[in-house]
Amino acid sequence: MKLLVCIKQVPDTTEIKIDPVTKTLVRDGVPAIMNPDDKGGLEFALQLKDKFGAEVTVITMGLPQADLILREAFAMGADKAILLTDRKLGGADTLATSKALAGAARMLDWDLVIAGRQAIDGDTAQVGPEMAEHLGIPQISYVADVQYDDKAKKFTVKKETEDGYQILEFQGKALLTCLASAVKPRYMSVGGIVEAYDKEVEIWGADRIDVPETELGLKGSPTKVFKSFTKELKQPGQIHEVDAEEAVELIVAKLKEKHII
Amino acid sequence: MNFNLTKTQSLFKQMIREFAEKEVKPLAAEIDEQERFPQETVEKMAKLGIFGIPVPKQYGGAGGDNIMYSIAVEELSRCCATTGVVVSAHTSLCMSPILQFGTEEQKMKYIPKLAAGEWIGAFGLTEPNAGTDAAGQQTTAVLDGDQWVINGNKIFITNAGHADVYVVVAMTDKSLGTKGISAFIVEATTPGFTIGKKELKMGIRGSATAELIFTNVRIPKDNLLGKVGEGFKIAMMTLDGGRIGIASQALGIAQGALDETVKYTKERKQFGKAIAKFQNTQFQMADLKTKIEAARLLVRSAAFKEDEHVKNEKVNFSADAAMAKLYAAETAMEVTTKCVQYHGGYGYTREYPVERMMRDAKITEIYEGTSEVQRMVIAGKLFGKIK
Repeated sequence: MKLLVCIKQVPDTTEIKIDPVTKTLVRDGVPAIMNPDDKGGLEFALQLKDKFGAEVTVITMGLPQADLILREAFAMGADKAILLTDRKLGGADTLATSKALAGAARMLDWDLVIAGRQAIDGDTAQVGPEMAEHLGIPQISYVADVQYDDKAKKFTVKKETEDGYQILEFQGKALLTCLASAVKPRYMSVGGIVEAYDKEVEIWGADRIDVPETELGLKGSPTKVFKSFTKELKQPGQIHEVDAEEAVELIVAKLKEKHII
Repeated sequence: MNFNLTKTQSLFKQMIREFAEKEVKPLAAEIDEQERFPQETVEKMAKLGIFGIPVPKQYGGAGGDNIMYSIAVEELSRCCATTGVVVSAHTSLCMSPILQFGTEEQKMKYIPKLAAGEWIGAFGLTEPNAGTDAAGQQTTAVLDGDQWVINGNKIFITNAGHADVYVVVAMTDKSLGTKGISAFIVEATTPGFTIGKKELKMGIRGSATAELIFTNVRIPKDNLLGKVGEGFKIAMMTLDGGRIGIASQALGIAQGALDETVKYTKERKQFGKAIAKFQNTQFQMADLKTKIEAARLLVRSAAFKEDEHVKNEKVNFSADAAMAKLYAAETAMEVTTKCVQYHGGYGYTREYPVERMMRDAKITEIYEGTSEVQRMVIAGKLFGKIK
């Protein structure tokens, strides 16, 4: 079994700051981490490696410093790593990113593509599903568990929905997007860390993937960011602990006061 | 000259800090309160390879260096000093002398299981009448056929009762003084070997500290570590490495207390503003931060020198280890005492971790050589032989 796991380096922050002039994320001084959902996906892949000896290849598209999360993936147990990095890929939106990653995936041999549900910096949850579309394979999003039956060659996946979950079975190639909340990723092992920098990260430029340049990077990105801003906090609301009848009177009075009704 | 960690060391620090924050910190107050050995954490650390950091891969270790090991003890102790010393005593006091002085057979028999954390290690030197004056050993070992017979008591032994393997020092020829002391490897399951009184301590209360009792303990002749009469040298060289572990523990405690206090003083308001806004707080905390960084440089430099020693045994790091331990331990005591003060009344309660850190810090000035012994080692190097 060969697994291709897509991971992304993201700023580790719950309070993302925006540069007021450029309207982009301020990344200076913010530690970069492996995106949590992607790490969850990597953990599922490594569990399949533990049980069935799967070969795990991690791939990321990003700046040269994204090498760090690939080393982390090695130290967790990944076998191969690819860094897709090129100025021509810069400024890509989700469409251009998914085309580039799908292009890279076409150059590789795999049974299953695993990605995170969404990245904590962009929060779009689009790249994984778009990749599946470009590759022409089925997709299951919001994956909370992955099991494999070696005899039947069949995967069983638990997919979270708003009000519960679905259990889905499939055979053949597919793409899964996984949830960080569903699994506790393993720590890097000390031995894995010591070996992480002795392993080779393959560096791929745009020329390694068969995708027209017009569909990559800024050129291939129809999304134009009009404005980014930090949402201002609202004033705290008023809390009235009253019974239902009084509550109705209070709400009606307030709405009248504001000339809404 | 380069003060940066290597990429490997940085990646390791990222892992161990995350592990300490998520797995060690939540248990720190509980194991202190219950005086309970953190067995569950030991199992988690074993799985990750934390018990075999500076051990060569050929003996089942991770193949890391002593700087990584020092970072591990520091980061664990930043959250829980008990957890830090479990790793330190195991690595520096048990595995290290076996690796340095053991025969190939001894290394192959003991190191892979110790490095994997399947076995925990400990070290027996101190006796009721042989503390700082370690030469006054009363425990004896007598060769009887192809076995050594050990009798005596060791006290204040870290990891006692939880360890599977003990490196123990005993007198083999009293007439020769320190040259009549030898070192041995004793397995916990050996008949006649028992654990005595468990100490009730001020700090590092989750760490098991107890007495070892040897009553006609018979071990194979081959369990002699090094040569007959080398025990004192082995013990002193073992303590050189051990001191880097304790210096790292002290550094971690100090850093942990400072981090807690920065957070607290930014939240705590008095006279209408956060107490971190008062210049007195800022200046005093700046001094503490500076001392911690100075201690860190001494600790890293000593660990670096120990790595040089591993490559070339002519490199001596005794004084470096002594200076690192002396300064880091005294810094930890000063920092934690002041951090309790910044917390005011709350700092004196168990609601906040700084009182525990202050209690934990004290032992770093005492065990593996008191601060006075460190000064003796440093002065010995400074003056050489005085006519």
